[in-house]
Amino acid sequence: MSARLVRLGLIATLAGVFSGLFGIGGGSIIVPLLILWMGYGEREATGTSLAAIAVIAALAAAAHALYGNVDPVAAALIGIPAVGGVLAGTSLQQRIPERAVSAVFAVLLVASAIALVLL
Amino acid sequence: MEAADLFGLLVIGFAAGMLGGLVGVGGGVLFVPGLVLFLGVSQLEAEGTSLLAMVLVAIVGAARQSGYGNLRLRDGLIVGILSPIGVGAGTVLANNLPERTLELSFAALQLYFAYGLARRALRSPDPSEAPNG
Repeated sequence: MSARLVRLGLIATLAGVFSGLFGIGGGSIIVPLLILWMGYGEREATGTSLAAIAVIAALAAAAHALYGNVDPVAAALIGIPAVGGVLAGTSLQQRIPERAVSAVFAVLLVASAIALVLL
Repeated sequence: MEAADLFGLLVIGFAAGMLGGLVGVGGGVLFVPGLVLFLGVSQLEAEGTSLLAMVLVAIVGAARQSGYGNLRLRDGLIVGILSPIGVGAGTVLANNLPERTLELSFAALQLYFAYGLARRALRSPDPSEAPNG
């Protein structure tokens, strides 16, 4: 097994641990680790993270659906505007410096850590 | 449903998608409170529903990034497919460690990531700004 595959497996495990514990998709783990451990550029890290999240969220949504905790109409009501948002966001991302994505991410992580400790 | 609630869903949904596209997260951090606030669903149902909305956003975002040449599909799928190992480990941890310990561990991990990304943003040259790459 290659070192690369081991790293991807570690990223997957960490993302899974914290998504299970805190109900997140794992992007806040996957993006930093693809950049810091795998040498990804910011844009590649965010694009690849979204592909991973599609799988993780689909598996987790299926598990929630077994317990009747998924409302498809509500998902469409919030998800369809979000599709517009993600198209705008990815387009905007191509027009800003890559390092700005790292900077924004660092600020969001600090805010999230503060919220976890204080709230 | 009131028109104001529909408008709220529209705004928070768009913002969640925008965040997802910009920084590569699924948007659940905004979907869950948005669903609770504007549709009045329970926290648990909001989490399940948020995950379904995230699938939609993540597929469209990844496809769009693929068009820009920013997707390593194989790596992304490997991370996605292996993540249930971590979910299992997380469940074991959740049943054996105090919730506060888990929260503080996650906060520490986030601060470590923030430090690494901030260092990179401040110190290393940005290849996207260099002339001719």
